[in-house]
Amino acid sequence: MECIGKVYRAGSLEVLALAEINLTIEAGEFVAVMGPSGSGKSTLMNILGCLDIPTSGRYFLNGEDVADLSSDQRAEFRNRTIGFVFQGFNLLPRMDALRNVELPLVYGSVSAVERHRSAHEALSLVGLSDRAHHLPSQLSGGQQQRVAIARALVNNPDIILADEPTGNLDSRTSAELIDVFRTINREQGITFVLVTHDPEIGAVTDRTILIRDGLIASDA
Amino acid sequence: MLNGLMNTLSVAFISLRVNILRSLLAMLGIVIGVGAVIVMVALGMGARELIGERIRSMGSNLIYVTPGASKQGAAHMGAGTVHTLTARDCEAIRNQCPSVRAASPVWNQQTQVVHGNRNWHVLVQGVTGDYFLVRDWQVQSGRLFGMHEERTGSKVCIVGTTVAEKLLRSDDPVGKDIRIRNVPFRIVGVLDGRGQSPAGGDQDDVLFVPLVAAHSRLFGTPFKDEVRYIVVQAESQDLISQAEHEITELLAKRHRTALGSENDFTVKSLTDMMRASEDSVRILTLLLASIASVALLVGGIGVMNIMLVSVTERTREIGIRMAVGAKGRDIIGQFLVEACTLTMLGGVTGIGLGIGTGYIFAQATNWPVLVSPIAVVGAFGVSATVGIFFGFFPAFKASRLNPIEALRYE
Repeated sequence: MECIGKVYRAGSLEVLALAEINLTIEAGEFVAVMGPSGSGKSTLMNILGCLDIPTSGRYFLNGEDVADLSSDQRAEFRNRTIGFVFQGFNLLPRMDALRNVELPLVYGSVSAVERHRSAHEALSLVGLSDRAHHLPSQLSGGQQQRVAIARALVNNPDIILADEPTGNLDSRTSAELIDVFRTINREQGITFVLVTHDPEIGAVTDRTILIRDGLIASDA
Repeated sequence: MLNGLMNTLSVAFISLRVNILRSLLAMLGIVIGVGAVIVMVALGMGARELIGERIRSMGSNLIYVTPGASKQGAAHMGAGTVHTLTARDCEAIRNQCPSVRAASPVWNQQTQVVHGNRNWHVLVQGVTGDYFLVRDWQVQSGRLFGMHEERTGSKVCIVGTTVAEKLLRSDDPVGKDIRIRNVPFRIVGVLDGRGQSPAGGDQDDVLFVPLVAAHSRLFGTPFKDEVRYIVVQAESQDLISQAEHEITELLAKRHRTALGSENDFTVKSLTDMMRASEDSVRILTLLLASIASVALLVGGIGVMNIMLVSVTERTREIGIRMAVGAKGRDIIGQFLVEACTLTMLGGVTGIGLGIGTGYIFAQATNWPVLVSPIAVVGAFGVSATVGIFFGFFPAFKASRLNPIEALRYE
């Protein structure tokens, strides 16, 4: 599975968010994207995640040009190939952990029985099987984020995009979380792209891309 | 697809339950609107039934012949209006119209009637024996007029139960004498109780004397043997219009109505009147139901309002759903289902409320209140439609959210 990025982009909303990005990420990589506030790393993330379309240039995901896809098709793409982890966890507050994890499967037209099974599997992968019926308000920050990871995993994605996943967590929980990421990356072969401020994460990833003012400053 | 619907339904219920007060208030407009429509329609149908009942109680296959070309029914004309119907016209109708079973002329006048120290103001009606046949009216005690009494205009009379009670209290009226305009008359019979007429008058507040007696002993008439109206009974229900036709032809010839000019009399059957009143009740019901529908409209707007607020509140949630793969139509579907759940729950409650109110009303007023199943099904359908119609705009708005901005929403 390849995630080729060969992209030139200019601006959203009169703001030049990304000037010119040429980027290629191979399957199974564990990548960190770092940079100061306003450097464009969130925009890069959104484009990688098919939530946004570049205004210029092209983005190939698994060899397919995303620009050709309609909004609905992109939704399907996200559903099948991409998993998201957000800084604010973004769980639905009125549903328990299991139903939160199930959510991508609901939109993937999977039967209820299948959904339950897959969701339980994903929860055990992150070590939260015993909390399946807790509401998010009944879980700690780290546990909520792990539920979010389970949700990102449940549909067997090719790539997981995490936007400041440890931003709301203390250092010990953060370290635990990154461990989980690494384990999944190694064992399942899922590509990981982490946007982060945290230099400790940068130390652990195989590759760190530094973005500044909409351009790649370094890539190692 | 089906289990997706079940899922969406349970999500909808969860959302509604979270803010249950708000959901209930949103439903209120629908509940009232639907309930009002159900009650209005039920009342209307009950009214029709009631009027039908009372008209039928007047007698069957009735035709009224009235003087003048006016379109009133058996109206009591004042002096100066046309006086063209006579007792001999009635005889002719009886004998020469094959579709007519019986016919009686009627001359009446409001008069004081006295018995002992009690008096009563009543409409004294002079009729022939056929009258009671036409009206299907039996005596509960005593008898009807004899042929001889009719022919000579004997001073005998038949009273209704109200008059009997007013003048004689609990005494047996038969055989007693009363004075009509100071002329002594003997009561020979008391009629069955009948209750209210279609117009709401008391059908038992009546007193009958032979027509000849009315003409010669009680009321002088400016025109010899004229009558106020003629009441006719057709042979059968199928022959009513045939009978009307025969009567019209006969009288036109007798009255020498010039060809092309209007007749100086009117022939109208009871079924015509019933149809007319049915029409007006139906229009009235439609009007009332339309007004009630306004409440429904307002309810729909209320639902739309609530859904808009709900969409705004859940902007982040919509962003998350989109991020994990919800398409535009998934979002629209979700919110449409929520809106329809709201309106249909409201509709069912409204139907229950309408039926309950109708039932209470029926108990209180003895008015037959008929809940029509068509109205119930219709109300159900309308609730769903209102949900779809008023839920669409908020749902559409939700689906057009930009997921990135939605996820950033605080």
